Order: sequence, then C-alpha cells, then structure tokens
Amino acid sequence: MPGLFAVETLAITKRFGATMANNGVDLRIKSGSIHGLVGENGAGKSTLMSILFGFYGADSGEIRVDGLAARIASPRDAMRLGLGMVHQHFMLVEAMSVIDNIMLGAEGGVLLRQGAEAVRHKLAVLERDYELGVDPDALVANLSVGQRQRVELLKALVRDARILILDEPTSVLTPDETAKLFGLLRRLQREGRTLVLITHKLREVLDLTDEVSVMRAGRIVGTFVTAATSADELAMAMVGRKVLLRAAKGARHAGARVLEARDICLTGSDGVTRLDHISLDLHAGEIVGLAGVSGNGQSELLDVLAGLAQPQAGSVALYGRELAAAARHPGKLRALGLMHVPEDRQGRGLVLPFAANESALLGYAHDAAFGGLLLNKGAIIADCHAKMLAFDVRPPNPKLVTAGFSGGNQQKLVLAREIMRCPKILLIGQPTRGVDIGAIEAIHARIIALRDAGVAILLVSVELDEILTLADRILVMCNGRITGERRPEATNERDLGLLMAGISSEAA
Amino acid sequence: MSPRQRALAEAVLVPLATISFAFLISGLVVLIIGENPLVVARLMIAGSLGSSEGLGYTLFYTTDFIFAGLAVAVAFQAGLFNIGADGQAYVAGLGVTLMALAFPGLSAWLLVPLCLGAGAAAGALWAFVPAWLQARRGSHIVITTIMFNWLASDLMSFLLVNMLRPKGDMQPESAALPPGARMPQLTHLAGTIGLKLTPTPLNGAFILALLAAFGVWLWLFRTRSGYGLRVAGVNRQAATYAGISASAMIIVAMLVSGALAGGVAVNEVMGAQGRLLIDFTSGFGFVGIAVALMGRGHPLGVVLAGLLFGMLYQGGAELAFDVPAVTRDMILVIQGLVVYFSGALEGVFRGHIRALLAGRAPVETPA
Repeated sequence: MPGLFAVETLAITKRFGATMANNGVDLRIKSGSIHGLVGENGAGKSTLMSILFGFYGADSGEIRVDGLAARIASPRDAMRLGLGMVHQHFMLVEAMSVIDNIMLGAEGGVLLRQGAEAVRHKLAVLERDYELGVDPDALVANLSVGQRQRVELLKALVRDARILILDEPTSVLTPDETAKLFGLLRRLQREGRTLVLITHKLREVLDLTDEVSVMRAGRIVGTFVTAATSADELAMAMVGRKVLLRAAKGARHAGARVLEARDICLTGSDGVTRLDHISLDLHAGEIVGLAGVSGNGQSELLDVLAGLAQPQAGSVALYGRELAAAARHPGKLRALGLMHVPEDRQGRGLVLPFAANESALLGYAHDAAFGGLLLNKGAIIADCHAKMLAFDVRPPNPKLVTAGFSGGNQQKLVLAREIMRCPKILLIGQPTRGVDIGAIEAIHARIIALRDAGVAILLVSVELDEILTLADRILVMCNGRITGERRPEATNERDLGLLMAGISSEAA
Repeated sequence: MSPRQRALAEAVLVPLATISFAFLISGLVVLIIGENPLVVARLMIAGSLGSSEGLGYTLFYTTDFIFAGLAVAVAFQAGLFNIGADGQAYVAGLGVTLMALAFPGLSAWLLVPLCLGAGAAAGALWAFVPAWLQARRGSHIVITTIMFNWLASDLMSFLLVNMLRPKGDMQPESAALPPGARMPQLTHLAGTIGLKLTPTPLNGAFILALLAAFGVWLWLFRTRSGYGLRVAGVNRQAATYAGISASAMIIVAMLVSGALAGGVAVNEVMGAQGRLLIDFTSGFGFVGIAVALMGRGHPLGVVLAGLLFGMLYQGGAELAFDVPAVTRDMILVIQGLVVYFSGALEGVFRGHIRALLAGRAPVETPA
C-alpha cells in the first residue's frame, strides 16, 4: 500500500564550496497532491530537485519514496522509482523527431525497432487519453515551445512516472497555454499522480497547489496549506520581510512625443518576417509596456530601436527629427539620450569574465570622465562604486568579477549604468527576469521614479503582472505585429492573453 | 586570508604546481630511458643559467618566445587563435632585409628604426589578409593563418633562391645586412665598459621585447581600444551593444599580432644572423602558442613563460650535448608536458588549490 507521503527528504544537506545550497532540508510531499515549491533564486530549490532526480548526490540526509528509503545515484534510478521531471530548459534534441526524443535513454535493446513499436503504442494511448496533440514523427525543431513542453511531459508519462516534478513550467507559455497545462496537471492528479510545481509565480501556486513549501537560504522555512495562505504571506516567507508585491504608482503626466517609429519591417536572415509594419510612439513621462509571448518580435523591436539591427523598411524619429540610417548606431543613440537595458543581460549587457567596473564601463568607455589617452582606472572604479551604492548592488566591490554577482545584482548593475546616465528615453527588456522578489520591488520603484522624472520608457516583459503593474499604456505583439493597445485599467489577463495569441477580442 | 591575498597566492601557486607536475612526469620519462633525472635537471639548469654564456643564449631565445607569445596573446585577447605567427615572423624578416639592403649607407640611428618599422609592417601585412577574410567573410582564422604559414614558406624559399641570393653564392640566403641595420650586441656593449663576456647572440631586441610586453599591457588594460578589443574577444554581442565594431577589432588585433611576430625577425635577422636565412624562424611562432597559453594571454605571463621556454630550449641544447641518450626530442617532450599541464590541466589544479586556500574540500560545480 502506498505510504502517506510520495516523497520525503530528511535532513538533506548539500554544499557547493562555502555555500550551503541545502541545509537540512525536510520536505514531505503527500501522495496524490500537487505540492508547490517556491523560493528566491539561489534558495536551493533546483539543488534539491537535482538531488531528488539523481543529478548529484547529497552530502548527507535521506530520501524516501513511498515511505521506503531510496538510493538515487542517477536519473535512471529516479525514473525507476517513478519520478519524472520536466525541466525549465528543455532537454530535447532538436534535430530528432518526437518519438526519437522520447525513446532516448529507454531504447529497449540493441535494435531500435522493438522499443519504437512499444513507445509508439504507448504514445497512441496517451494521445487518446489526454489529447496533447503532439505528432510523434514531427521534428522537435519545428514544434512550438508549448508543444516541446508537452513532449517533455510525454517523456515522463511514457516511463510511467507517478511523481512529476515541473520546474518553472509556465515561464514560456501564454496565459491560455498555462490554463491548458494546469487543466492537464489537475487531471493527472485526479488519476493518482503526485505533482511538484517549482515556480516563482505566487499566483500560480495559489491557483493550482494543495500545499506549498517555501525555501530560503537552503532551508524550508515553512509549509502552508494553500487554501489557508496568501501571496503576501508566501512572499514574506520567501524574502524574510514584508514585501510590496504591487508597486505604487501615481497618475501619468505624459509630455511631448520623443520617439516615433513608423512602419518598421524586419526580415531575419532566415527569411522569416520578424517585424511587420510596426508603428509606435513614446512620450516623455510614460511607460509603454510591450506584452507578448517571447519570440514574437519584441526582442527584434528593441534591437531596431537601440540601433542594434537595421530594419529593411520604416523610419524612427527622435525628438521630432528623423534618424538617418547612419545615426542608428548604439553609440550615437546613447549620445542622444537613448539608453538600453538589454533583455539578455549576461549575453549582451555585461562582460561576465571582466571585473564589475569594466562591465560598468560598457558602452561608455569614450566618456571623457574616464581619462584621456589612457583610461583613468581610479575614476572608473570610483564611478562603478558610486553606482553600486546608489542601486544597492551587493557586494559593492567594483573589483569583483561580474560573473560572481547574483542575477539580481547583475541586473541592478546594468540598470545603474544606464539609468545614472540620465536617459531621456529608456528601453528596458525583461527588467526582472531571474531577479528575486525583494529586488523586483526596488527595480520597479526605480522605473516608476524615472517615469515620474519625465523619462520615456519602453518596457518589454513576458511577465503580464509586471506590465499591468508598471505600464501606462500596453501594446501587445504577436507574430511581429502589434495586435492591440490597451489601458491597464481597462483590460485583464484574459483580454491580453487573447491579443498575445493573435486573436482580437472582438472575434473571440 | 583576504580575497586579494588568496587571488595572489592562487596566481603564484597554480603555475608552480602545473610546472612541478610537468617536471615530475618528465623526470619519470628520463628515468625510463635510463638516465638520472636529477643529473639531467642539474645539467639543464647549469646549462641555461649557470654561466654568462648559458644565460646569454637563454635570454636570446627568450626574446623570440616573448615576441611570438605576445603576438599570439594579443590575438587571444580578441578571441582569435593566430596560428600564423611563424609565417608572419618569416615575412617580417623579408621586410627587415629589403629595408636594410635598400639603404645600406644610412646610420644605425636611422636604419634600425626603419628596419623595425619595415619588419612590423611586413608581419602586420601578412596577418591582414586572414584578418580581413575573418572579419568580412567569416573565413576561420585558424585555417587561413595555417595556410598563410605555407604561403610564407614557399614565397620565401622562392625569393631566397631566385632573387635575394647574391650571385655565385650557393646558400639560399640574402646578402649580409649593412652594419647600420644590426641590433647592438650585448657582448659588444659589455666590451665597451671593459667587461669580457663569452660571445652570445643576445642583443638589443631583448630590451625591445620587454618594452613590447609593457606596451601591450598598457594598451590592452589601460586604453579604450584595448578595452574594446577585450570586450569583443569575450563577448561579440556585448561589443555590438556597446557600439564597438567587432570586425574592426579583429583587424586591429591581427595587425598588432603580426607586427609583434615581426620581433622574432628583429632578434634573428638584425640581431643574431645579420642576414636572411631560410627557415630562420625555426618554428618559434608555434612555440609562441604554448607561451601564450601558459601565460594565460597576459603580457606578464608571456614574459615569464617565455623565460621558462628559453631556459628549456637552451638547457636542452646543452643537455643533448652532454648526455647523448637525451636528444633534442626529449626537450620537446618536456615542453609538451609543460603545455599539457599548464594549458589543458590548469583548471583541475586551480580547483584544488582554490579549495586548499579556502581550507575545504574541492568544489563540485553545479551542472
């Protein structure tokens, strides 16, 4: 008979160097429940799940599955015990078909054919039961993100996983896809499976789970019955202090039009249309939120406006003057007061192997304040130090290597660099991606303060909550087109979700 | 220990550990061929440092290795693997020689700088074509620089045999350089202050190599273009975002790299030989790759690694002379082990030493 708990971890401890990633973690997940696991970045959620799934061994502690002590030395062991994992970053071979991906690691003998027949049969049964709509012979490379996630799910289900761990499953989905996924998860639960949902979206935890455990600094700081808790309580447990979940914002006092983009068209080198006649205006003192599922042209639009990509057609005017193609260069635009906080801070906004002060110099090396023929190292370090103090970058040490800072502190460093240059126009991509709740609060307050000081801000975010909180106007993008404009007070997630999916609300 | 002290200790201990291990394994190899490793080690050290003659030769070779190492290191910093330092140095020899033979009557004060400039320009020119192909066409610089080594080799053979060889001379080599084009010799300088040294080819190029190392450091770490080059070297996307042209940085890095490789020609042609010889680079351009790897692409590291390779080269030559069982190939084995341990296994040592300094078990990095 199955035990009361599907999975228990008893006093799990794991150290990485000087860091206690897990410090005596006791987690009990009831059989047949949906259990939420929340916590800030670096709280130890992923480490715990990796230990559970056999990616690395714990230094001490015990794991029990269905009440029995389990030795999990590899993912293979975990799967044998009925555990399945849907990773945040999909572990799929893009060049292979769905069925090949599902068979990977479970080929069932030397010859593929026999295993393939068995898997195909199982997939047919699963498709009949759950209607996931995944073609087993499709190439993974041709699947949408949502479909890829369902392939990951199928991988676990084909292996008869009874305990499913989902790591940030909704981070890449539209609200509609999220709703569908949650429906499926509830159904899996009704059939007796146990689900663990790792997320940082408190609302999802409240929607879906039966119980929720909060991790902080390597420990479980509390387990709550979902029905009896609130977002505020969970946020406080995560951060250790009271957090303002929704930034306070005064009325908009929009000024003159400072940026005017008309009929921007961009086709990628692969011939795919990325931007299809995009037009938008930005006024001083307003935040325009650009919503959309990632990959629908928002990144490309940011690139074009920041001078990083040259559109095939269309015009951009700053302060009423049209920009010549030659003026669309990041350096020249910066000189005109157009600053850019890039979406991909690690890949583009920072130089990870360099010291923080050299990352803080990125884009501004030509400033005369930093020296003449030779760079003035002292001035550069002092400038970086001042920025770190102003934005509470921890630790405020300009000589530390950039890669050594946490994601939130890296983001604050980029924001400090762009904001403290007194921009007139600020393009911000994903300002709080991978950033802790506590830091999100501070970053949102900064962005609102800038807007109140008369800066025109274009905010691109895949977090609808963030857009709804910050934006004065919301533009929604789908397939390289702007599918609608809304006022935050006159819309809701469902409405925006339809626009994000390219369905106008009139038609729906 | 403060983090700063720890970083310093790490910077010293890691290369020390890797070199010690390389020597330990080399000792085992020596043992296997039936010689006493301690005797061999003593002979090598005595041969490279134990006399003014040995030291002179060691520093002479060090000069070549510093120039070649700096050439590769500058390209490294820009994210480029310049395999072509050898060919660039070879063609630089042509530049030096043509300039020297064109103005034989000039005084050394004029002719030496002219020859230096010609050598640097010729080396840079030979690096420019692969650089341009990489920047504009995306042709991989490893492939093109290798091809340019062969082109240089054939071009120089043709020129030396058919054009530069004085009439009646049997050797494929140029006429002697005029005295005004020769680098000042250390033996000669010591003689003017009354010091009598055994003649060695050590010359003014050694000082130039040290100056070049300092100049490269200043450029890379204290100027805007050096900063831009390093940004482009680690992260092209970040460079584009900052408004730095990664293509321009590729060209600049390779021009400087080729010019630095030209230092080998200064040391050999203007310093030691006094004429352009066939294959005078002796593969030093390739040793430069090892030097730059070991020196972690940093000018100071290159100088120290250049010194180590200079010692190995000179000590090895002495050794081959004294112990017939140990051939020159043995030195290649030792060099190979040094590169292997300091290049490929450096990360392993670093992890352990870092853990040791922090007083804990080695770090298991999260996947």
